[in-house]
Amino acid sequence: MTAQKSHILTGSLALDTCLAKRIVPCLDVKDGRTVKGVNFVALRDAGDPVELAYQYSQQGADELVFLDITATHERRKTLVDLVKSVATQINIPFTIGGGINEIADADILLNSGADKISINSAAVRSPAFIDELARAFGKQFVVVAIDTKFIDGKNFVHLNGGRIKTDIETEHWIREAENRGAGEILLTSMDHDGTKGGFDNGLLKKVNDTLGIPLIASGGAGNVEHFVDLFHKTNVDAALAASVFHYGEILIPDLKQLLKENNIEVRI
Amino acid sequence: MIGIVYYGAGNIFSLTAALDRLGLEYGMIHTAEDFDKFDRFIIPGVGHAGSAMKKLEQTGLVPAILNLRKPVLGICVGMQLLTEFSEEGNSTLTGIIPLKTRLFDEHLKIKIPHTGWNRVSALPGNVLFDGISPGAHFYFVHSYFIEFNSNFTIALAEYGIKFSAVIQKNNFFGVQFHPEKSGLAGEQLLKNFSQLA
Repeated sequence: MTAQKSHILTGSLALDTCLAKRIVPCLDVKDGRTVKGVNFVALRDAGDPVELAYQYSQQGADELVFLDITATHERRKTLVDLVKSVATQINIPFTIGGGINEIADADILLNSGADKISINSAAVRSPAFIDELARAFGKQFVVVAIDTKFIDGKNFVHLNGGRIKTDIETEHWIREAENRGAGEILLTSMDHDGTKGGFDNGLLKKVNDTLGIPLIASGGAGNVEHFVDLFHKTNVDAALAASVFHYGEILIPDLKQLLKENNIEVRI
Repeated sequence: MIGIVYYGAGNIFSLTAALDRLGLEYGMIHTAEDFDKFDRFIIPGVGHAGSAMKKLEQTGLVPAILNLRKPVLGICVGMQLLTEFSEEGNSTLTGIIPLKTRLFDEHLKIKIPHTGWNRVSALPGNVLFDGISPGAHFYFVHSYFIEFNSNFTIALAEYGIKFSAVIQKNNFFGVQFHPEKSGLAGEQLLKNFSQLA
């Protein structure tokens, strides 16, 4: 094989793999427009999620996540239009999350070109929804997103963008989601999110070491070294971030170059 | 022009979008007569291989597919359908290529499904990989894989074990990854397929 290999050692798990660590920009979308401020020199229209998605794919992003926070009745139609535009124009996989409550929502998004859907509160309120989605579309289509916060020595699942605390322990919920047919877990540490102080490597490693499906780390990215740190200390599959990419604080080509120099397998 | 075998297994929006981006013409195949309208064919597919085979059989297109002499490209589950058997639902498949589709072994300490960008090493003379850098990454999402076989594997990838990223027997090709989601490398592969003699 001509392929370079990275040797990844985490705890008891020694893995010789050519599977690249994924870099995943996340876009918040409302009424078909990006929500958070975007500071991209190259963009004609900073509020156009399709143009932003295209830029990211050109820069070397491995995958994109769109989180839709639209609350109007036009929601589904707007989202389907967005998904179709993205699928038409970009050549990398993408995930759609936000407000997916029934099989019909997922079905129309899949048929519009989405590769995966992400469910969060809907899965906690109705865990069997995970089973239904996995049965209908295959587990590879189902990402379970979890917002977690550390309280009195334990990690608890939070809902509605982190505003509502539940009594469900995060690690129990992850295990249940996996058993019910989740194909991937997107874990956001609310303790780290927005701090720009680095990923929650302790929790991520603990979760990942007993997980049989891919894990996407989210929350806390502030600089490129945080990504190196994440992939050295844990064997998570992907790292997600939003503002550091949108504001151009981290450029994906620079980030991937640094990861490569640190012997972390990336797609360049 | 490319004929896409239409049998209801999974979404083909991304595939047709990729062909549109590349300016490659295509149409849909619903009946056996439709095969005469095209000079090459794609069998798409996501989901459960056994269910996909049932759907394909219900279309009545299988005998015509077995007789094709023009280039055929199976993608993901569409590739697996070319093999003789899948452990997914212990399903009998078309048997065009005498290989078996097996479940990844979790004891290899790998996560299943195999999700993400993995390196693909094309073997010498693989025309589908013209203009693609050696060891380029392609996007995979699958829990079942086709075993490596020196007669039919023309590109391999490694995930716990070596497996077939691309297989070929005569005019039949299959790719386990999704070229329509694999960036420029995937687009180049689709272009190469469209130019096969």
